[in-house]
Amino acid sequence: MKAPTRDDLIDFVYEEARMLDDGRFDEWLDLWTHDSFYWMPLDYNQEDAKHVTSLLHEDTFMRKLRVERFKGERTFSQKPKTRCHHVLNRPFIDHVDDEKGEYVTHTAFHYVETRLDDQILLAATARHELKLIEGKLKITHKRVDLLNSDAAFGNIQMFL
Amino acid sequence: MSRYANNPQAIQNLIRPTEVHRDVYIDQEVFELEMKHLFANTWIFVGHESQTPNKGDYFTTEIGTKPVIMVRHSDNEIYVLHNRCPHKGTKIAIDRTGNTGKFFRCPYHAWSFKTNGCLLAIPLRKGYKDTGLEESESVHGMAPVGAVKNYRGFIFARLNKEGPDFESFFGESLSSFDNMVDRSPEGRLEVAGPPLRYMHRCNWKMLVENQTDTCHPMVAHESSAGTAIDLWEKMDKPEGTQKPMAMEVIAPFMSPYEFFENMGIRTWPNGHGHTGVHHSIHSDYSAIPGYFEQMVEAYGEERAKAILGENRHNTVYFPNIMIKGPIQQLRLFTPIAADRTLVESYIYRLVGAPDMLLERTAMYNRMINAPTSMVGHDDLEMYERAQEGLHSDGLEWVNVQRLYQEGENFDEIAVENGTTERQMRNQFHAWEKYMTLTMEGDA
Repeated sequence: MKAPTRDDLIDFVYEEARMLDDGRFDEWLDLWTHDSFYWMPLDYNQEDAKHVTSLLHEDTFMRKLRVERFKGERTFSQKPKTRCHHVLNRPFIDHVDDEKGEYVTHTAFHYVETRLDDQILLAATARHELKLIEGKLKITHKRVDLLNSDAAFGNIQMFL
Repeated sequence: MSRYANNPQAIQNLIRPTEVHRDVYIDQEVFELEMKHLFANTWIFVGHESQTPNKGDYFTTEIGTKPVIMVRHSDNEIYVLHNRCPHKGTKIAIDRTGNTGKFFRCPYHAWSFKTNGCLLAIPLRKGYKDTGLEESESVHGMAPVGAVKNYRGFIFARLNKEGPDFESFFGESLSSFDNMVDRSPEGRLEVAGPPLRYMHRCNWKMLVENQTDTCHPMVAHESSAGTAIDLWEKMDKPEGTQKPMAMEVIAPFMSPYEFFENMGIRTWPNGHGHTGVHHSIHSDYSAIPGYFEQMVEAYGEERAKAILGENRHNTVYFPNIMIKGPIQQLRLFTPIAADRTLVESYIYRLVGAPDMLLERTAMYNRMINAPTSMVGHDDLEMYERAQEGLHSDGLEWVNVQRLYQEGENFDEIAVENGTTERQMRNQFHAWEKYMTLTMEGDA
């Protein structure tokens, strides 16, 4: 890929969400660079991921662990399995640097997670930091801010 | 029909030496009586003084199901007031934290109160002239709780005016708080950010019991901790690669039964107790550069070693908190209904210690106790299955018999095998005591 077009960036964000909804987690893991982080803050406008509590701050190992755990025979909270569903607004392209191959998108979305008779609806915003590596877009950082991140939740089991 | 109110005998009948009746978990009347008696007779954790550092700073929370405000008054002392206007009952503050200046002002009719609760002013006060307002409850302002204690920065309250004093209620169990605070070279903690808030559709006591349940980690958490160990072992990495912090946190959950048996459990009177007398899942964390030197500087080598050598696992302060001294975490189990509990997990910064310690603590909190935690998911699954399962009429009793010994005396401190359920029995012994302490029988 030469420099990605706006459509390429937007398609990437949509495709990522579709992988999660389809449960194609191994493919999803391959979207990330080896030193990337997935961050879900606990507090509104939180700036520090490390020295106060976050909901998630996961490196490659932790994301892989989560995916492997989904597959396990004794993963009791996934018997039966959770399903999820994303509805995305069209992503904004907040930053383009073709020279460095770095891009930032901003996407508002609604997320539904269901298991047995329970279903939750969350409103959230995703900020993707992307990098063009060997002709492919990869995620270097994804920040997901829940609209109600400070609310008391039951289980949230999938990746948003 | 009321089965338990004003009937201490019926309450006592729910607790047997090795089993408890399911009504302690599922009966809403028992729950209401817990709020009326147990949560009023005992010392309940409210907050940490660093949550209200300046005069006028307040923090809203609940003692059991009762809304309260913790506030720093002009004398710099922390007061705990019922969050209810004495006029019409309106909650005075509903944001979780804020600064109210020199006084609270009710948003409904503008009655105002000093930050120690005293009535300051009522608009158009002449309307109460000769009405006997001076004899009413309202004239005293926002009612304070029965008693407040600031123990090394941690604020506790007792709703009832009369009752056990703080020191005799907690006794030697305070050593776990001491160890947590002593781990700061300055002997001081500060709250680090807001707590995780995790809603559980189960009874609050299931959570408290789980804190000293050492036979579940290798079963319920095999899917997270076991998978983590497998992944790490299979990973392509140079020989001698140091385990990442996340592995240090999660791997010990898969320790064998023998590890938990040997760690020991200590019980104290009044329902308090802890796991990890000899060692714990926190014992083998890597040293953080510079920290030990700071501790030696502050306390001298011998004392520093003694403080850091104590690695208690979970300390339960009856009825509804657990602390982890070695990582400065406090979990508050706030009952909402017989089948609903809010769990808030706080972390604290060791003032004067390296930030990397706080980084590990924050990591532990999110990895183990978040609503997004792989470990939390399986715990909640177990509690909710139990809450539903207890409605089966096949059996009525829940078993707490493991390593039971005839004639157990919970007024004595005991150290036992780390897989005993003695601490659960200790909690129910205290439960029965404080449920019936102020309950008058009809007979």
